[in-house]
Amino acid sequence: MADQALLNALIELADDHNILSHRLAEWCGHAPILEEDLALTNMALDMIGTARGLYSHAADVEGRGRSEDDLAYLRVEREYRNCLLVERPNDDFAHTMLRQLFFAAFMEPYWQSALTSSDETIRGIAGKSVKEVAYHIRHAGEWVIRMGDGTQESAARLHAAMQDLHIYTEELFHASEAAGHCARAGLLPDRTDLRETWLETLTPIFAEARLEMPEGVPPQIGGRDGLHGEDLGHLLAEMQYLQRAHPGASW
Amino acid sequence: MTEQETPLWEVFIRPRNGLAHRHVGSVHAADEVLALDAARDVYTRRGEGNSIWVVRSDAIAASDPDHADETFDPTADKIYRHPTFYEIPEDVGHM
Repeated sequence: MADQALLNALIELADDHNILSHRLAEWCGHAPILEEDLALTNMALDMIGTARGLYSHAADVEGRGRSEDDLAYLRVEREYRNCLLVERPNDDFAHTMLRQLFFAAFMEPYWQSALTSSDETIRGIAGKSVKEVAYHIRHAGEWVIRMGDGTQESAARLHAAMQDLHIYTEELFHASEAAGHCARAGLLPDRTDLRETWLETLTPIFAEARLEMPEGVPPQIGGRDGLHGEDLGHLLAEMQYLQRAHPGASW
Repeated sequence: MTEQETPLWEVFIRPRNGLAHRHVGSVHAADEVLALDAARDVYTRRGEGNSIWVVRSDAIAASDPDHADETFDPTADKIYRHPTFYEIPEDVGHM
C-alpha cells in the first residue's frame, strides 16, 4: 500500500512537470522575441529534468521493469494524473506567464518542504528543483507585473488570462488519497498547507500588476482522477507520437 | 515591437570570481531587470559565469573608426613600451 501510494503520488507530480514542460516547449520557435524563446525553453528543460527524476523514481518504486519513457509516453489520457492548470493551452503570452507563475508559486514552497522528506531521492530532486522554480517565479512574475501595469492591450490580455486560469488553481491544494498518504508518512509535503505561502508570493506581484484574483467562483478539478479537458488529448498525441510510431526509439 | 520599447543592452559575464566581466553579446529588453533575465537565459545556459552586467548599448561611447589611424597607429613603432627589454633575475621565476 505504501509503495502504491508513493508510486501514484510521484506520477501525479511527474505528470504536472511533464505536461507543463511540453506546453512551454510548444513556444519553441514561436515566442514573441528570441530572448523569451530561450527563456521559455530553459524553463521547459528545467521541468522535464524534474519530471525525469520523478518518473525514474516512480519506476524504481514500482519495480516492474517500466522505464521513465514508458511512464511518459505509453500512458493514455485517462491514466495521466496532472492537475488541470498545467494542461491549459498556451493561448497567448499572458496566459502562459500567469499559468507559470501560479504553478511555480505553488512548487517553490512544495520543494522547500520536500527538502526534509524521509525519501533520499525526493530530497535530491527537491534540492535541484527549488532553485529552478525560484527563477521561474521571478521571471514569470516580472512579466506579469509588466503586462498588468503595461499597455491597455497587455493589461486586457492578462485580465482575460486571470479569468480563464484562476479556477484551476484550487486543485493545486487538493491532495489525492495517494498524496495524502505520502504526506502523513513524511515522504511528500502536505499540499493543503501551502496556500498561505502561495498567496504571500502572489499578492505583492498582483498588487504591482494591478491584478485581482476573482473570489467565490467554483473551482474546476478532476485531473488527479484522470478527468481532463479535451486539450490534453491533443497534447499527448503530439508528445507521444514518436514513441508510438517508433516503439523503443531512444537517443 | 520597436527599438524604442525594447532597446538593446550589451551583456558582460564574469566567468569566475577574480576574473573581469567580459563582453559576450547583446539582448533586447524593456528595462534592466528583464535585460538581466534575458542575459541569464541567453548567455549562461552552459555554466558560463557567476555574475552578469548589462548596460544600455546607447550609453556606450565608442571611438570613431574614421579616426582609427591617428588613434591607434602612433603606438606601432614604440616597441620600447613593451616590457621585453628587461632582464628578469632568475630567482623571480616565471612571470
